[in-house]
Amino acid sequence: MSAPTVNDAVRLGLSADEYRQIIAHLGRPPNATELGVFSAMWNEHCSYKSSRRWLRTLPTTGDQVIHGPGENAGVVDVGDGWAVVFKMESHNHPSFIEPYQGAATGVGGILRDVFTMGARPVAILNSLRFGDPDHAKTRHLVGGVVGGIGGYGNCMGIPTVGGECAFDPGYNGNILVNAMAVGLVRRDQIFLANAGQPGNPVLYVGARTGRDGIHGASMASAGFSDGAEARRPTVQIGDPFMEKLLLEACLELMATGVVIGIQDMGAAGLTSSSVEMAARAEVGIRLDLERVPVRDAGMTPLELMLSESQERMLMTLRPGAEADAAAVFQKWGLDAVVIGAVTDTGRLELAMHGAAVADLPIGPLAEGLVYERPTTPLPCSTPVSVPDQQATIDSLLALIGSPNLASRRWIWEQYDHGVMGDTITPPGSDAAVVRIHGTDRALALTADCTPRYCEADPRLGAIQAIAESYRNLSAAGARPLAVTDCLNFGSPEDPVVMGTFKAAVEGLSEACRALGLPIVSGNVSFYNETDNCPIPPTPQVGTVGLIEDVGRTGKMAPSPGTSVLLVGSAEGHLSCSLYARETHGLTEGAPPPVDLDAERRHGEWVREQISGGRADACHDISDGGLAVALAEMCIAAGTGASVRPPDEKLSPACFYFGEDQARYLLAAQSEQVDGLLRAAAKDAIPVRTLGRFGGQELQLASLGSVAVDTLRRRHAGWFPSYMNGTTEGTG
Amino acid sequence: MKAVVVVFPGSNCDRDVAVALARCTGCAPTLVWHGATSLPPCDLVVLPGGFSYGDYLRAGAIAAHSPIMRSVREAAARGIAVLGICNGFQILTETGLLPGALVRNAGLRFVCRPVDLRVEGDSPFLAGFTPGECIRFPVAHMEGNYQTDPETLAGLEAEGRIVLRYVDAEGGVTEAANPNGSVAGIAGITSASRRIFGLMPHPERVIGDELGGSDGRRFFAAVADALA
Amino acid sequence: MKAIVHVVLKKDVLDPQGKAVEAALRTLGFGEVAEVRQGKFFEITLDGHRDDASARLDRMCEELLANPVIEDYRITIPDA
Repeated sequence: MSAPTVNDAVRLGLSADEYRQIIAHLGRPPNATELGVFSAMWNEHCSYKSSRRWLRTLPTTGDQVIHGPGENAGVVDVGDGWAVVFKMESHNHPSFIEPYQGAATGVGGILRDVFTMGARPVAILNSLRFGDPDHAKTRHLVGGVVGGIGGYGNCMGIPTVGGECAFDPGYNGNILVNAMAVGLVRRDQIFLANAGQPGNPVLYVGARTGRDGIHGASMASAGFSDGAEARRPTVQIGDPFMEKLLLEACLELMATGVVIGIQDMGAAGLTSSSVEMAARAEVGIRLDLERVPVRDAGMTPLELMLSESQERMLMTLRPGAEADAAAVFQKWGLDAVVIGAVTDTGRLELAMHGAAVADLPIGPLAEGLVYERPTTPLPCSTPVSVPDQQATIDSLLALIGSPNLASRRWIWEQYDHGVMGDTITPPGSDAAVVRIHGTDRALALTADCTPRYCEADPRLGAIQAIAESYRNLSAAGARPLAVTDCLNFGSPEDPVVMGTFKAAVEGLSEACRALGLPIVSGNVSFYNETDNCPIPPTPQVGTVGLIEDVGRTGKMAPSPGTSVLLVGSAEGHLSCSLYARETHGLTEGAPPPVDLDAERRHGEWVREQISGGRADACHDISDGGLAVALAEMCIAAGTGASVRPPDEKLSPACFYFGEDQARYLLAAQSEQVDGLLRAAAKDAIPVRTLGRFGGQELQLASLGSVAVDTLRRRHAGWFPSYMNGTTEGTG
Repeated sequence: MKAVVVVFPGSNCDRDVAVALARCTGCAPTLVWHGATSLPPCDLVVLPGGFSYGDYLRAGAIAAHSPIMRSVREAAARGIAVLGICNGFQILTETGLLPGALVRNAGLRFVCRPVDLRVEGDSPFLAGFTPGECIRFPVAHMEGNYQTDPETLAGLEAEGRIVLRYVDAEGGVTEAANPNGSVAGIAGITSASRRIFGLMPHPERVIGDELGGSDGRRFFAAVADALA
Repeated sequence: MKAIVHVVLKKDVLDPQGKAVEAALRTLGFGEVAEVRQGKFFEITLDGHRDDASARLDRMCEELLANPVIEDYRITIPDA
């Protein structure tokens, strides 16, 4: 084999300048294996070379934070010696190519990030973005992705409790599959991806290595073109049964105290796991590659280093503990082989049958590169005026049965959301609530991002994503603790895309600082584009909150006879609303402004009422405005409501469908109402009574009335009939 | 009551049912690994839900050949009560301890939702409910579609061994109320001796109102009373 | 006419089901089992006789029965 040239480097996705830097680090040209290892570590997916400069500006600290970004997942204190471990990650490209396996392995990967830290995963969420429902591929992709997520999580026995799903033509050629995993660990039993001292044995655990996903990390660092589906050999197959065994075996071994450091083999497999573990300990690592358990014969050193076969872990052990580890893995029927050792050389040394095949400095591999990509400043978004004269009750029916608001029951009934026996609030509410096992406290979990806001104004869209997740948790009565993000964008080499990325990060930063929410983990997914057409900017966030008393969890379903209270003010912002889009086909215009101080104050007030037992039910107001929020509460409870705008200031369309932020609907027993209004006046929170829940109809003064059963059927109907092919996408 | 919960590789409701037994009967069960060749003395053996061996080949098929299953068969022959929930039910049919088979849901999708169930017959496992009573447990499965040949079905009916059926809110066995296409709306059956019970729904998931229901609590408390 | 289609995972693609069955067979004492690959089997009855049947079956496999990303297929027409 002849020595690689700069052209080979370019073929692997490196630039000529990056190739020159590699030579400078080595003092000689790299061989083919070394070049492959560098290309895997220096691609966008592993190195964050375009995003890092901006990610550094995010708030990541707080009293509650135990480990922020830089570990496999973020770790946050939830009291009583418990910590919550969580992260969100994308698996967009693989899911577009092979939706079932792509989504399944996305779930598998994010679960490993959580249990690598010693935590038992207790919940999975996901955030899905598909193209236009009428696009030829959408139905097939929805079916495959949902099946894959369910197939993996259900088999693992970890409840999939929430998430969101949206349709937008901007994702026709590049869907988004973001999965979030949440785990619990005792504070003093957290494991890090740190190789520890020289002399520690390096143990390979789990599935055998095949040629799956070779250069998958490079695939995630390049856009799609029409030939993308020919890239198929890189798709990995998930084996959730293997992962379940791996989870139990790893937790069992960790409890014995012999594990020093552990990292899952995710993107760029053995390469990134060994390099990152060595880098964190500032040591070197030597691997004898012929010892790697393989599935396919004749794999080259580079193939072994880059394989993305799933369900594998790399760990370092206390010297002498090899036999203890082997016994545990043998019980679970898993391969566990010592394939190398930690060294003091600061280098990654690879050998095959005794012959050296690579010798690379850990530092430059792990540190990667940082680029200051050019950014184009974004134009200011300005509100557009939306016709507001013809709103009727049919507008509500159309909205609630539209692809983006229709019930997601078709999706989440395919997810086991009750396994582990701690699901307090299943999917379908503002936030999922999962009890901390064996306690009376609970985690509240939500995933949010409103694509049309982000497309219109990435900064404001990002702010709104954080604000909405803050509201979703508050409506469940949970104190928001911390955030994980998954930033999905087009090519960072496009200054316009990079401008939207910068704006979104600035928005996240501003909102998180204002609401006291550190971002403790995350993922950046660039190159989400087809034929140079990028997806809409999608800064997805997953937020975790804490409920001190699970008996005081905020519920969405009101009791009949309770009063309807509006928390927050009605300004009637229709620009960029779902009403404007669905009723008038208007997709442009500025999204609603977000007053972060109001978000914080209203959220705190609402939580105080819920934890004080003064709220019968609560729901945040978001997509589709007040009327949709009210309809969702009525459907959840199977009860009607009668509501009247408090004044004539706004047109019915503005009052009922405006998407003003920092708002909630609260249901309260009549004897609580005066107290609530007095408390609100004292705290300067705008709260007004709008009417009452009860009866079988939703009666909206100046708009019309509709039977709750009709609403329910319209809300429930779209998804199943779309998936059965009995309706067109537009319903 | 002394209970044993068998843990197969891929079981994932083992902890849930152990918690439910401890909470509802006051006695924590013993967990026994599938590789064990004998059972400790006990009044009840529980085969829990999950995906034993990934449900590869057929749900429950590989677990049915686990070393522990020989002991479970022997225990059943001695009259020890055996309860199979979800994957446990699938293992019981694969082992031949219960007749029939559980095949892919008619809708071809995994289904996780609360279902209404009608209690029938005189099973000691359902001693906490009155015959005809409707209760609610959740189902969560891909292969819960109970099928058997017409003779076996007629026998099960005649002997009163169909003890749980999927029903609608009015208590009627209807197609709409059936989550998986099971013949005759079958959700659970017993052996002729009444000592072996397999059901697809998960009573261990509804052991408190905070979890959306308490029918499971009544179920386990009465099982303990009936078998103690 | 009748056709038989076998679909199996490509040689280099992980076959979790095959692996689990393989291990179970060994546990049952069938030590001679070296490898198991699990696949799908279709019996397809076609109306009449078409000269392009074989090409049509190829298309059926490409478009639906097999996923060319991960699977190979084999078509046999017993009475052809």
